[in-house]
Amino acid sequence: MADNTRKIDIECLRYNPETDAAPRYQTYNVPFTDDMSVLQGLQYIKDELDGSLTFRWSCRMAICGSCGSMINGVPQLSCHTFLRDYYPGPMRVEPLNHFPVLRDLAIDQTDFVRNKLPSVKPYIIPKESKTLAQGEYLQTPAQMHKYYHYSECINCLLCYAACPQYGLDPKFTGPAAIALMHRYNSDSRDDGRAERMELANSDEGVWGCTLVGYCSEVCPKGVDPAHAVNQNKVASTLDYFFRFLTPHGARR
Amino acid sequence: MSSVKTYVRPMAGWWRKNPFFVRYMIREASAPLFYLYALWLLAGIVALALGPVAYATWWAIATNPLMILLNLVVLVFAVYHTWTWFSVLPKTTPDIDVEPGTLVTGGVIAAIVVCAALFAFAWGVTR
Amino acid sequence: MKRSNAPIFWALFGAGGMLAALIAPMLVFITGVAAPLGFVLPTDTLSYERMLAFTHNIIAKLALLVVVSLFMFHGGLRMYHSLHHLGFHTATGSKVVIFGGAVLATLVALWALLRIGF
Repeated sequence: MADNTRKIDIECLRYNPETDAAPRYQTYNVPFTDDMSVLQGLQYIKDELDGSLTFRWSCRMAICGSCGSMINGVPQLSCHTFLRDYYPGPMRVEPLNHFPVLRDLAIDQTDFVRNKLPSVKPYIIPKESKTLAQGEYLQTPAQMHKYYHYSECINCLLCYAACPQYGLDPKFTGPAAIALMHRYNSDSRDDGRAERMELANSDEGVWGCTLVGYCSEVCPKGVDPAHAVNQNKVASTLDYFFRFLTPHGARR
Repeated sequence: MSSVKTYVRPMAGWWRKNPFFVRYMIREASAPLFYLYALWLLAGIVALALGPVAYATWWAIATNPLMILLNLVVLVFAVYHTWTWFSVLPKTTPDIDVEPGTLVTGGVIAAIVVCAALFAFAWGVTR
Repeated sequence: MKRSNAPIFWALFGAGGMLAALIAPMLVFITGVAAPLGFVLPTDTLSYERMLAFTHNIIAKLALLVVVSLFMFHGGLRMYHSLHHLGFHTATGSKVVIFGGAVLATLVALWALLRIGF
């Protein structure tokens, strides 16, 4: 630690389900250098000041999606956000919005993992079945380009923290899940669009969105979930009005 | 997970806590203004159908400074609507290889052209 | 899972929004500011005689009907969503009032425009 070390107050939301009725805030004075991320600030707190502070992290390089939190009210990856940008502070770190708080900065992700993700059938439903002996499914670069950026989602849940519709009604499938649905629908190897339409066409599907657009603003990977959801409003509308004209694979 | 006690934070006042959401709510605020402006237009059409006396009443209200001020407010929101409408339009298009900026600029130019044409029409018939 | 009927309202919302984006600034300027003030346009721009002549035209009738109706369906859906955003419990009641109003306005506009004659 040289003379380029400065100090900043980090105010963290604290919540222990075993002892607390409601969350409270605790402020820590953290020395930092200009290369330190907010995550490193939290690690300093845990290592040197308060070992009870709980938060998720893993890769430290914005690819695992573990360290999402609200930093001064904005959903961000704490490994991807720098203390120097909040100096002189104080700055506030809270768990991601719209999810139940499990403990301190850790949220309960069950709804996304157990409900939202499986509901969109996030796997290739093949157009043609092939045995292993028949070889791979071939795809041109242009075909891959169609869905590629939608496949970059790291499930960090920043978009859910950004989405007021999800916050107001957690039955809404939400940005990341619908973006993933679109990723598979756009894959040339996939033939599952009709199967996924039932969810897309419902109020919990694309129609839960009012194009606030904040999800795409906060996404650290440029997935652009707002685009995925809203172009599927057009698809859903066309399906609604023209469903009687075309034969439908998943018609009931 | 479900056996663990969790804390659910309330949503009240959510839109006041982030400038992005405030701008969103301002965008949405154009809605009741369009709704009311349409009713105002309708009032004029109905007055027109009812005869010159009724229409004179509508026009008297139209020239009232308060009404002009109200319509000025609607005008400001109408311009903001045009800007925000075309700004989000790229999100509703299919995955085409066109820069979103191109669509936005194209839309705004289209609006300027249509508005200019409308003004030219009004100008032309009043010469 | 129940199919949503949102597409009907969204299609009307979209049509109205596009129409408003293209013409509302000038329409509001002419009818609400310019003509009443006599600013860049004369005060008789919307005179009874001129408006009567204008609305005798079938195209003009259609245009006015579409503007009134679509502006209200556009504003209506956004108003409905805004109620939800502000924490009000939105159910059938608010839909009936908001969209019922839009339907009613469309019918009244139709009646008035036909009454004006050709």
